[in-house]
Amino acid sequence: MHEAWTFSDYLLLIIGAILVKNILLTRFLGNCPFLGTSRRMETATGMAMAVVFVMTLSGVITWLVQAYILIPLKLEYLQTIFFILVIAALVQFVEMFLQKSFPALYQALGIFLPLITTNCAVLGVAVINIREDFNLLQTMVFSFASAVGYGFALILFTGIREQLEASSIPEFMKGTAIGLLTAGLLSLSFFGFAGMVD
Amino acid sequence: MRVLQDFTKGLWKDIPPFRLVLGLCPTLAVTTSADGGLGMGLATTFVLTCSNILVSLLRNLIPRKVRIACYILVIASFVVIVELVMQAFFYPLYMFLGIFVPLIVVNCIILGRAEAFASKRPVLNSLADGLGHGLGFTMALTVLGAIREIFGAGTLFGHSVFGPHFAPFAFMVKPPGAFVCLGLMLGAMNIVSRGRVD
Repeated sequence: MHEAWTFSDYLLLIIGAILVKNILLTRFLGNCPFLGTSRRMETATGMAMAVVFVMTLSGVITWLVQAYILIPLKLEYLQTIFFILVIAALVQFVEMFLQKSFPALYQALGIFLPLITTNCAVLGVAVINIREDFNLLQTMVFSFASAVGYGFALILFTGIREQLEASSIPEFMKGTAIGLLTAGLLSLSFFGFAGMVD
Repeated sequence: MRVLQDFTKGLWKDIPPFRLVLGLCPTLAVTTSADGGLGMGLATTFVLTCSNILVSLLRNLIPRKVRIACYILVIASFVVIVELVMQAFFYPLYMFLGIFVPLIVVNCIILGRAEAFASKRPVLNSLADGLGHGLGFTMALTVLGAIREIFGAGTLFGHSVFGPHFAPFAFMVKPPGAFVCLGLMLGAMNIVSRGRVD
């Protein structure tokens, strides 16, 4: 069993997930939408919000599925199939729910919701929660903090990328190539936090 | 020879992740060594080829509206096979690849080929397409892994390259190095292929 976690442990978990082991720049999860939606600030904020929403929910639900369905039935080896189906169903459900009950939010998140099913960060965080042996509260905190870290890095990167539009870049480096170099520099700056949290 | 063309286009013309900018997360994460790149590439090739074959066989049976969910289920099944086989026979590699083994499910190359190619073409062409793109991906990952391993650790497939007095350029095997290295490779590819077109 776990020893009880104090408040400062949770604080370290949050800081760790946002800055030190940033899911996007250090763990390399969710890079395709990262490069795809970072051309304009509006799409980046839309994606960031959708990720925060879905990742927190799916982290908690996949944890419950693991604890109350897969482990009792000894089906842990089917984890991958179950988790991806749960996430796909959840995204579909969230989409329908928002469309009906919160049309304004639905408009804001727009096309980003369906795209999230194939955002590997969502499945990645769900798997990390299980592999790190988190309890329910830790899962909730870690999923939320990871999602915030994702949004944070995505919005920072978009800000830089909008500036890039105005600068003269060699022809062969345009587009994804310069985007990756920029991400490398951003990742380097996040790397400066390494050692802050173990 | 359509089948041959379907095979070779994945090896250079459409080579993932350079020409098709998909599947970036495993590309960046597991290429700290040539071994890791090769292992991930072959695992992905297996899943991609098998899912292409099965999706192509089922292409007239899957209803259009739920096709994405069906593809994901097909892909997830093969990923579970890979996971179990790796745990049994390639345990060190399984531990090295970590959460990126279950995350093969959300590798967008696989879903992308199922949707764009296998769902519309006969079995033999789909097999060739899957094998071609898979081997192209393996090649790209191995080369990227080799470059990072040579400069970052002074070894190639675990064998020393520069002798004992080499001071490794550790940046290359750290997360920022992955972005920078892939960005530069993409730039180099652009120069090479532009020279061909002109």
